[in-house]
Amino acid sequence: MRNDTDVLIVGAGHAGAACAIALRQGKFEGKILVVGAEPDLPYERPPLSKEYLAGDKPFERLLIRPEAFWTERDVTFQFGATVTSIDAVGHTVTTQAGDLIGYKHLVWATGGAPRELPGAHHLKGVHTVRTRADADRMMGELPDVSRAVVIGGGYIGLEAAAVLSKFGKQVTVIETLDRVLARVAGEDLSRFIETEHRAHGVDVRLGVGVDRVLGDDHVTGVRLADGEVLEAQMVIVGIGIIPAVEPLVAAGAEGGNGVAVDSHCRTTLPDVFAIGDCARHANRYAEGAQVRLESVQNANDQATVAAKAILGAPVDYDATPWFWSNQYDIKLQTVGLSIGFDQTVVRGDVASRSFSVVYLKAGRVIALDCVNAVKDYVQGRKLVVEGMRVDVARLADAGVPLKDLAAESVGAG
Amino acid sequence: MPKLIVVTREGEEREIEGDAGMSVMELIRDAGFDELLALCGGCCSCATCHVHVDPAFADKLPKMTDDENDLLDSSEHRDARSRLSCQLRFSDALDGLKVQIAEED
Repeated sequence: MRNDTDVLIVGAGHAGAACAIALRQGKFEGKILVVGAEPDLPYERPPLSKEYLAGDKPFERLLIRPEAFWTERDVTFQFGATVTSIDAVGHTVTTQAGDLIGYKHLVWATGGAPRELPGAHHLKGVHTVRTRADADRMMGELPDVSRAVVIGGGYIGLEAAAVLSKFGKQVTVIETLDRVLARVAGEDLSRFIETEHRAHGVDVRLGVGVDRVLGDDHVTGVRLADGEVLEAQMVIVGIGIIPAVEPLVAAGAEGGNGVAVDSHCRTTLPDVFAIGDCARHANRYAEGAQVRLESVQNANDQATVAAKAILGAPVDYDATPWFWSNQYDIKLQTVGLSIGFDQTVVRGDVASRSFSVVYLKAGRVIALDCVNAVKDYVQGRKLVVEGMRVDVARLADAGVPLKDLAAESVGAG
Repeated sequence: MPKLIVVTREGEEREIEGDAGMSVMELIRDAGFDELLALCGGCCSCATCHVHVDPAFADKLPKMTDDENDLLDSSEHRDARSRLSCQLRFSDALDGLKVQIAEED
C-alpha cells in the first residue's frame, strides 16, 4: 500500500518539528507526514545530558509541542520507522517495514547516530546520549553506579560528567587530544572547563586514548592506551555523531560529511531538502566554507529556510550561529563560529568565572565564547555579524562594553 | 486553576488555564501558540520566549535576573513591559495575567 504525502519529513527531532511548524505557519495546506525512528513526539534533545539526566525535568516538559498541537495542525507522525531507500525519480521512499511513501517534497532531517567505540557497545552499562531511551537507560542504572568513565571531552560528555559528579559519582573524563572541547573552542575555554571539572572532583585525563572497554556481560572498566585500568560501572561514549544520510547518498545525493545542500537547503536530488545536523552547507560565518552544525539554532533556522522554499518564497540561509552549554553553575553561550581563528582575546578575569573569549581572524571578530557573561554574548553578536575590526586593547578591557566597541568599529563592509 | 491571557502578534486574545509551577513559556507553548520559539527550552540562554506583560502585574512578577535583563537587550522590541516568559513561574497570584507575544526579531 502506498501512502502519498505532499511533504514527507524524515526525522522527528528539532529540525523536522520546526519544518512542520514553519510550513503550517506559512499556510501550507498539503499533507505533512513526519517519520521518526523513535516512539516519541519531537522533544528537546539538549536537556538529555543536562536537566533531564539530572532528574530536574520530566519528559513531558521536553516536548517541543504537545500532542494536541500536532493534531490541530494536521501534522501526522509515523513513529518507530526509518527510511531505508529513496527513489528520487519516482518520488517515493521505502521504510524498514516495507511501507512505500510518496512525496512531492522530501525533507531529510535525520540528524545522526552517535559514533560508537568498536567492541564496546554490546556491554551493559555502555551508553551514548542521543535519545530519550539512552538517557532513561542511564538513569535506571545510576543507583548501581559509583564510578563512571566518560570517553570524549566534547559538550555531551562534559555535560554528562557534570550531572554524574553532582550525583556523587566518581567520574573520569578521557580525551585523546591534549585538551577538552578541542574541536570547538580555543585553549582558554578548554583550560577553564577542565579546571572547573577538576574542582568538582572529576578526574580529567588528557592526551590518552582508550585501549578497550572491559567486561563480559556488564562493563567493568576501561583500559587506557598506556595500560592503566579504570574501574567503572558505567561508560558514556561521547565522540560525536555520524550523519544519518546513507539512503540519500545511495539515491545519488552528493554526500561527504553529511549531505550537501545549497543556500535553500536543497540537496542535489530534485525536491529533496536536508536540514539540521546532517546538512553540510556553505556558511558565511565560516567564510563560506562547507560545514555541518550540530545545534538547535541550525536545526531551527534551516527548517525555516526549507519550509520557505517549499512554500515558493525561498530565502538564503544566513543565520548567525549560536549555541549554549550548561555545566555545574557555568552558563556558556557561543555566538559565531571560531573555525580558523588566528587570535584570541580574553575579556575579564578567568578566575572570577565570568569572562569571554573573543575569537578573531585577520583582525576581525568571528566568534565569542561567553562564560557567565550574558551581556558580552548579547552585545558581542553585532561584532560577529558584521565581522568588525576592533581595538584589541579595548576589547580585552572588560570595563568597556562591547556595544561601545561595536558602535565605534568598522564592519567588514 | 489560575488563568493566563495570551495575546498573539496579530492581536488575537485567548484565555488558557495554567498549572501553577509551570513557566509562562511552557503554558503558552503547550496551549498551541506557535509564535513562541523558546529555542533553549527555558534555561535562559536565548531570548526567543520574549513577551510583554500587563503592567498591572508588575509587582507580582519574580524579580528579573541580570541574565534575563541582558538577554532582553538583544531584542529590538524591548520595552518596560518585556520579560522572558521562561523566567516567569506561573502561580495563583498571577491569575488573570495577560501577556503579549513580542514581535519577531
